[in-house]
Amino acid sequence: MSVVAERFNRHPNLFIALGFIALGLMFPFFFDSGAGQMQTAVQALAYVAMALGLNLIVGFAGLLDLGYVAFYALGAYTMGWLGSGFFSEAGGGDGLHILVSGQITALPGVHVNFLLVIVAAVIVTTIAGMLIGLPTLRLRGDYIAIVTLAFGEIVGRIAINGDEITVNGTPLTAGRQGITPVDKIKLPGLDQFQALDLRPWYFVALAIVVVVLIVNFRLRDSRLGRAWVAMREDEVAAASMGVPLVKTKLLAYGTGAAFGGVSGAFLASFLNTVNADQFQFSFSIFILAMIILGGLASIWGTVVGAIALSIINFYLIPEVFKNAPQKIGLNFDLTELSFGIFGFLLVIMMVLRPEGLIPERRRKIELHEGVGPTSGVGKTVVEAKG
Amino acid sequence: MGAVDALKKFLKAYGLIAALLVLPVAYGIQDLNNQGNLERLAENLKDGISNGAIWALVALGYTLVYGIIELINFAHGDVFMIGSFVSVSLWGTLGLTLATGPFGLAIGLLVTLLIAMVASGTLNVMIERVAYRPLRDAPRLAPLITAVGFSFILQNVGILWLGGSPEGVPDLIHSQQQVVDVAGVSITRGDILAIGVTAPLVLLLTTFISRSRIGKAMRATAQDPEAARLMGINVDTTISFTFLMGGVMAGAAGLIYALYQTTVWFFQGFTAGLIAFTAAVMGGIGNLKGAVLGGLIIGCIQQISDNRIGGEWTPAIVFAYLVVIMVFRPQGLIGEETREAG
Repeated sequence: MSVVAERFNRHPNLFIALGFIALGLMFPFFFDSGAGQMQTAVQALAYVAMALGLNLIVGFAGLLDLGYVAFYALGAYTMGWLGSGFFSEAGGGDGLHILVSGQITALPGVHVNFLLVIVAAVIVTTIAGMLIGLPTLRLRGDYIAIVTLAFGEIVGRIAINGDEITVNGTPLTAGRQGITPVDKIKLPGLDQFQALDLRPWYFVALAIVVVVLIVNFRLRDSRLGRAWVAMREDEVAAASMGVPLVKTKLLAYGTGAAFGGVSGAFLASFLNTVNADQFQFSFSIFILAMIILGGLASIWGTVVGAIALSIINFYLIPEVFKNAPQKIGLNFDLTELSFGIFGFLLVIMMVLRPEGLIPERRRKIELHEGVGPTSGVGKTVVEAKG
Repeated sequence: MGAVDALKKFLKAYGLIAALLVLPVAYGIQDLNNQGNLERLAENLKDGISNGAIWALVALGYTLVYGIIELINFAHGDVFMIGSFVSVSLWGTLGLTLATGPFGLAIGLLVTLLIAMVASGTLNVMIERVAYRPLRDAPRLAPLITAVGFSFILQNVGILWLGGSPEGVPDLIHSQQQVVDVAGVSITRGDILAIGVTAPLVLLLTTFISRSRIGKAMRATAQDPEAARLMGINVDTTISFTFLMGGVMAGAAGLIYALYQTTVWFFQGFTAGLIAFTAAVMGGIGNLKGAVLGGLIIGCIQQISDNRIGGEWTPAIVFAYLVVIMVFRPQGLIGEETREAG
């Protein structure tokens, strides 16, 4: 007993994690494998991975990224390009197949093994993350937000108008029509996943989340993670203590982006389409709202926030409370209101409980002292001048 | 080495101006080759300036607020959108239709203008009170996040109000009707309205801020809120007043937009907000003249892009300019006037 209690005190996260994973493993057996709840659960897990990636950039490193949707888009397009019939001319019309088996080998287009697609998505989004981070290096906090937002919008625009950009007669994207169908996941030793059998999808999503969680915890406690926090607290002080700002910032953007890319590639396969309408600014805000709700920089908070908002967005609003406005005599569609609800959540959380549902310890102290990550920098400058 | 340094120096000083001139000059040369005159380009620039006048009014709100509390008031674009919606709804209430006579129309539009200005101004003050004031001592990202939140709330109000798709509104002033023809460029009623409302408002605002007592208080608070407080200035009231001014300008812009574009929709504020913010940064944030100049320039770029490259690419081009400005000349064309810039 006392041994367990002692272990728990030393590694509370390990125990919480084991509890979560056990719950996660049991969850799918309560529902039918094709149930709506399973659909929601798979999406929620994919969003957890994405939120953890954004949390790394915004929460740990204190860089407000409002264009996170760019990484979702790039991850999804990597999957779309490397795993669909989109490039129908590839391999002279016979298709290009790399490490795939089964009936896919007969299809035209490029078809690459899912695990390789994930690797490609990580590489593409990491590079994109760093490229987007590069111009923001010298900017102050709120300007970073706007520049990342602008990049997110540019990527979104290219996705929408990509059907006009052609290279050798092949368009870049399928615009609003979307690249569809996208290859279903096929893992070594298992059959190709099926659209109506959601349990395998669920376990893959859970595995992604577990890996992302482990990386998050290990990173947070690493030298790099401490450098991020130091930089968030006070950039000038961190730099003078020997934190290389450029490298540290770029690594934050790159790593955070990679998680978004993995999750994006998974979602592309799961949703069976890569559609330009998925990549809008509101998506970035949706993910940001998850982090704020859970608690900036808090890993467990992010997980809870992501699950909560996914359930609200994919289950409660469209299914459970769909008819609520009609019942109280109002005539509108509740799904139209979902982003207003997230906006409201952002305001309420920030004003009433800025540290989030499950606050990170250090951040809670800061908020209640009234000295914050970026305001600290500005204040010293003003004081020094005055 | 000397040549590289000289190039760097040149780029630093004139790089942004050169980047801004790329589009008009390139298409000007193309026009001269194809048509032998610059009429099409002049037409683009004229439309650009009229559109830019609207962006300038919205940009003033960004620049005023940023100058005083260093916050990107993300919800500002949506305050502008609400200004449009209020105007359009008022036309219905006042019974303004295409059949209304010129006298009634003038009175009706004036009333609409005033009400839209008051409504947007009040809304902006209210947002400051609810979402920004409690967070004044919080980390700098906190009010930015509530601003984004409010932007979404207002967009949803817009959806509930007039629906989720662009709504055509009656072209009350026949905005495309030509008034005069200046060297092949037709000046329409819409152009005259846009400039005719914007110019006096901008003049009034600048005079007000440089001459009046409360304008002086605003400038003092922008420089140093603590010192201003010590000198007996009520900082909270001054900040509220700044939001009021910004909102009033956005309300006027909302009416002009509805009359000029003859469509309104809930998402217009998001795009307009980003364009206007780009304009404010381009001119030098915190600087009123800069915001107007930036608005006019962005209007021209946007119009050239709409007309030559295709409207679906315009947002991407404007955002690309935003990134270029942020990276190479974050202090803008004229220079910032904020606390940090000194």
